[in-house]
Amino acid sequence: MQAELAPTHRAVAAVATEQGVLTLTVAGQLCGVPVLSVRDILGPQAITPIPLAPPEVAGGLNLRGRIVTAVDLRRRLGLAAREAGASPPMSVVVEVGGELYALLADSVGDVLALPDIGLAPNPPTLDPLWRDVCAGIHQDVAGHAEEARLLIMLDVERVLDIG
Amino acid sequence: MDDLIADFLTETGEGLAGLDAALLRLERHPDDARTIGEIFRLIHTIKGTCGFLGLSRLEKVAHAGENVLGRYREGSLAVTSGGVSLILRVVDRVREIIAGLEATGAEPAGDDSALITELDAVFTGQAVPEDAPGASIPEVAQEVPASGSAAGRQTAEPAGEVAPGSAKTPAPAVPAGQADTPAAMAIPAAAEAAAAPAGEGVAVAQTLRVNVDVLESLMTLVSELVLTRNQLLQLSRARNDGALSGPLQRLSQITSELQEGVMKTRMQPIGNAWKGLPRLVRDLSRELGKKIELEMRGAETELDRQVLELIRDPLTHMVRNSGDHGLETPAERRAAGKPEVGMIRLNAYHEGGHIIIEVGDDGRGLAVEKIRAKVLAQGLATEQDLAGMGERDIQRFIFRAGFSTAAAVTSVSGRGVGMDVVKTNVEKIGGTIDLRSREGKGTTFLIKIPLTLAIVSALIVEAGGERFAIPQIGVVELVRAGDGVAHIKDAPVLRLRDRLLPLVSLSRLLRLDERPEAERGGFVVVTQVGQNLFGIIVDRVFDTEEIVVKPVAPILRHVTMFSGNTILGDGSVIMILDPNGIARATGVGAEGVQEEARRGAAIASSSSVERMSLLLFRAGNGAPRAVPLGLVARLEDLSGDRIEMSHGRPVVQYRGALMPLVPMNDSWMPPAAGGRQAVLVFNDGGRAMGLAVDEILDVVEETLKIENGQDRPGYLGTAVIAGRATEVIDCAWWLRQAGEDWFGGSRPAAPARLLVVEDSAFFRNMLVPVLGAAGYEVVAASSGAQALKLREAGESFDAVISDIEMPELDGLGLARAARDGGAWHTTPMIALTSRQEPEAERRGREAGFDEYVPKFDRDALLAVLRSRLAATQH
Repeated sequence: MQAELAPTHRAVAAVATEQGVLTLTVAGQLCGVPVLSVRDILGPQAITPIPLAPPEVAGGLNLRGRIVTAVDLRRRLGLAAREAGASPPMSVVVEVGGELYALLADSVGDVLALPDIGLAPNPPTLDPLWRDVCAGIHQDVAGHAEEARLLIMLDVERVLDIG
Repeated sequence: MDDLIADFLTETGEGLAGLDAALLRLERHPDDARTIGEIFRLIHTIKGTCGFLGLSRLEKVAHAGENVLGRYREGSLAVTSGGVSLILRVVDRVREIIAGLEATGAEPAGDDSALITELDAVFTGQAVPEDAPGASIPEVAQEVPASGSAAGRQTAEPAGEVAPGSAKTPAPAVPAGQADTPAAMAIPAAAEAAAAPAGEGVAVAQTLRVNVDVLESLMTLVSELVLTRNQLLQLSRARNDGALSGPLQRLSQITSELQEGVMKTRMQPIGNAWKGLPRLVRDLSRELGKKIELEMRGAETELDRQVLELIRDPLTHMVRNSGDHGLETPAERRAAGKPEVGMIRLNAYHEGGHIIIEVGDDGRGLAVEKIRAKVLAQGLATEQDLAGMGERDIQRFIFRAGFSTAAAVTSVSGRGVGMDVVKTNVEKIGGTIDLRSREGKGTTFLIKIPLTLAIVSALIVEAGGERFAIPQIGVVELVRAGDGVAHIKDAPVLRLRDRLLPLVSLSRLLRLDERPEAERGGFVVVTQVGQNLFGIIVDRVFDTEEIVVKPVAPILRHVTMFSGNTILGDGSVIMILDPNGIARATGVGAEGVQEEARRGAAIASSSSVERMSLLLFRAGNGAPRAVPLGLVARLEDLSGDRIEMSHGRPVVQYRGALMPLVPMNDSWMPPAAGGRQAVLVFNDGGRAMGLAVDEILDVVEETLKIENGQDRPGYLGTAVIAGRATEVIDCAWWLRQAGEDWFGGSRPAAPARLLVVEDSAFFRNMLVPVLGAAGYEVVAASSGAQALKLREAGESFDAVISDIEMPELDGLGLARAARDGGAWHTTPMIALTSRQEPEAERRGREAGFDEYVPKFDRDALLAVLRSRLAATQH
C-alpha cells in the first residue's frame, strides 16, 4: 500500500525555506525524515531475519526485485520492543549511498512542509543515542498543535550508521 | 565531458594498450618496418587528434615522440633499447595525461620539457637515447647510482648505455649507426598475440563498442528475469495447470538461453588481464638485471569481466614475484646449468565450470629450509609442527600473512603485501590457490576461480527455521546425519565412510534456535574449502535453485558468514552462505598445521609422516593418551549400572553380546550408581572389546611421530600431538588384556619396509597402524598407478601388500606391471581380498601375487609377512 506523498503546504507566508518532512511514529514518538530521501512506503512485509547482523537490523525484504535491508527504528532508538499482537510495522524505504534501506516505524503519517527556521537544535540533555541520530527538533507541528507535540528530525545517514 | 573527448579517450586507450606490446616487439626486431609504422601511426593519430581537440600538452609530447619515431621509420636512426625505453616513457606520459583528462575532463598540469628536450636531442642526433632502468619512472635515470650501471654491465648491455646521467649533460654526438646493438633482455614471446595488428588495415567491423553500463544493466535485467521465471515455475508447480506449463517451459528455456547469451557478452579473454605483463616483465628484467622470457598460453580463455578485473592485480603481483623472487640472475642460472634466460609461464584453461590459471617459473623454487627457518623465527609454527609436515605444507606457509622469503627487500616486490594478499583476493571471489615447487626447478602457482559470480546454482537449506543458500560449487555431497553423528566433548563429528568429518551446526553458528534433535534428524552438507572438508549440519534440505548473487548492504559487510543475498522463486529474501567464511569462523580452514589434503589426494610416500586422525583421551594421571581413530569402532558413554563383573573382570552387554571392558588405569573402579563410563570400542568381526577411559578429549588430525625410548607395556611411546606430549597406546597390548591376541604378537627383528596399496582410506588407516605396531615401516598408496609412480621414483620395498579392486589400475594390473620387469619384479606381493574364491585366487597368482590373504584377517597377514620376509632375508 502506498501512502499519499503529496505535500500539504502550510498557508504561511514563505519567510524561509521549507522542507518536506514525512512524519512517522516510533513507540509513540513523533519522528520525521526528509521526504526527498524517501523512495517508497510499504505496508507490512515479509522480512527475512539476518543472523549475526547488528540487533538494529530487522532483516532483508524484497522490494520489486531489489533487496532492501530493514532497520527497526524502535531498536535503533533504544525504545521498547513492539508488543506482541501489535500491528506489524510500516516500511519507509530510503536510499543512502545507492543502497536501499527500510526504516521500520509503527505508523506513517502525513508529509508536512516545515520551515527550516523552526528546527531547534538538540537539547544538550538529550539521550546520547538520540543526539547521535537527531538532526534537530521541530516544535508545534501542525495537526498536533493541541498537544504541542515535538517532532524529532532523523538524520537518515546517521540512523543507518550501524555497526 | 565533451563527447568528442570521451570518444578520443576510448580510442586512445585501446591504441595505447596495444602499443606496449608493439614497442617490445620492436625492441626484439629493430628492423621491423611494419611495427615501426604501426607505432608511428598511433602516436601520429594521437598528436593529430590532440591538436584538433586543443589538448596542447599532450600534443607537444606526442609531437616530440613522433619526430623520433619518424627517424626510426625512415631508417636514419637505429632503434636501440634505450630508444625504446624513451618511447615507452612517452607512452607513459601520454597515459598519465590521459588519465588526468579522464578524471577531470581537462589536461592535468605538468612539465614535460625535460622529456621533450631529451626527445628533441635524439631527434636532432645530439644525444643517444639513454637506457634508463625502470622506464615507467622517468626521473629515476638521473639518480641511478654508479653501482647500478656497473651491475648492469656484467650482463650483456646495449651499446646505447654510454653515460648514466646523460640526460643532464648532453653527451657528445655519436653517429647513429654505432648504437645498433639491440638488447633484447625481455623477450615477450606471446606479445604478438596480445596486440591487435593495427597495420592490417580496416577490417569489416564485426564488433561494436557497447558501454559497460549497458551490459551491466542487461545483466541485472536478465537476473530479474531469471528470478521471475523461478517464481512462475514455482506457482505453476503448485497449480498443476497444463495450459500454463507449456508456454512456461518455453519461457524458461528462452530465459536460460538469454542468460547464457548475456553472460557471453560479459566474457572476456583472460589475455586482457595479461596485456600489461610483457611490459612489466621487460621493465623487471632491466631493473633486476635478469633475462626473462614470458610465455603466455590460453590467453583466449574467457571469463566474466567482473572476475577478470578482480584477478588482474593478484596476477600482476604473482608475475612480479616470479621475476623478482623466483628467477635467478643469469650468472646464478649459468652456475646451476640452466639457460640464462629464465621463463615465466602463464597458462589458462577451463576445467569444469572453473578457470585454472597457472603462473610458473623455472627459477630457484621455494627453499624449504629457508621457509622452515623463517617460520620458526616468526613463531608461526613449532619445530614439532614442522617436523611432521610435508614439503608442500611448509611451502604453503608463504600464503600466511606477513610472510616474505626474499632475503632482501627489493623495490619490485616490496614487503608486506605478499602471497597472503593474493590468497585473500583469490578467496574473495570464491577461488582457491595452491602451489607446486621444486627447489632448483621452479615454482608454479595454481589459481582456480569460478567463471562467473553473477548467477550460481545453490542448494537451499533450512536451519533454525530460516532458509539459506549454499553455493553448489563447494558442496561435495549431502548425507543424512542419522546415527553417524558422534560427539567428542562438545564437538560434533560424523563418521563418513573412511574418515571423521568435523561438523559445524549451522543454527549454532548463526545463533539461531537449535532443534535438539536436529543433529540426528537433519542433514550434513559436506563442503570443501580449499583442501579442507567439513560438514554443515542443517535441519532440512530443499532443492537447488539458480540464484542471482546480490551483494549484501554495506552495513552488513562485517558479517563474514554470508557472501551475498538473493531473492528466491517465492519472492522471499534469502542469505547466501559463504563456505570460506564458515570455515574461517570455525577454524576448519585455517591455513597451516591443521590443513591437509585428504580427499582424493593420495597419501603416498609419506609413511611415517602421514597424518591421521587421532583420538585423544585421558586415563589416569599424566599426559593425555592417543590412539589412531581408524582403529576405534565406536565411542560409547555407558551408564555405570550396565557394567557387570564376570570372573572379577568388568563386562557390559553390548549389542547383544558380552563385551569385555579393559580399564586403562590400575586404580579403576566401576562408576558410582548413576555415573557414566566413557568407553572406546574396538571391533573386529563378531568380537568387541571396550577400553574404559576417564574422558574423551578430542580428535585431531596429526602426524603420528612416535619418539621411542620408552619401554612401558601398553604404550608405543610418546608423540607430540596438538602441541602436547601424548602417550600413544599400543592397541595390541591392551587388546591382549581382553584375553585375545588381536594384532599378532612378536615383532620382526629387522624393520622391513612395506608398501600398502589400498584405495579405501579406511583400510589404509586400519592397516598402516597395525603394520606399524608390528614394527614395519609402512608406506601407503591409494591406487596401483600411484604405487607405480613410487617405483618410478626409485622407492624400494621388502614387500607390497595390495588390494585387488581399485580404480584406475587394479591390484592385478599392478602385479603384472611389477612382474613385467623393473625394480620390483622380485618383491614379494601379497594380495588382500574380500573375495575368497579359488578362481579369483588363481587369477591373482597368475598376475604375479605370491600370497593371497583375506582382507580382515590381521593374524594371517602378519603371519604371511613374517614367513615371506624371513624367506627373502635369508
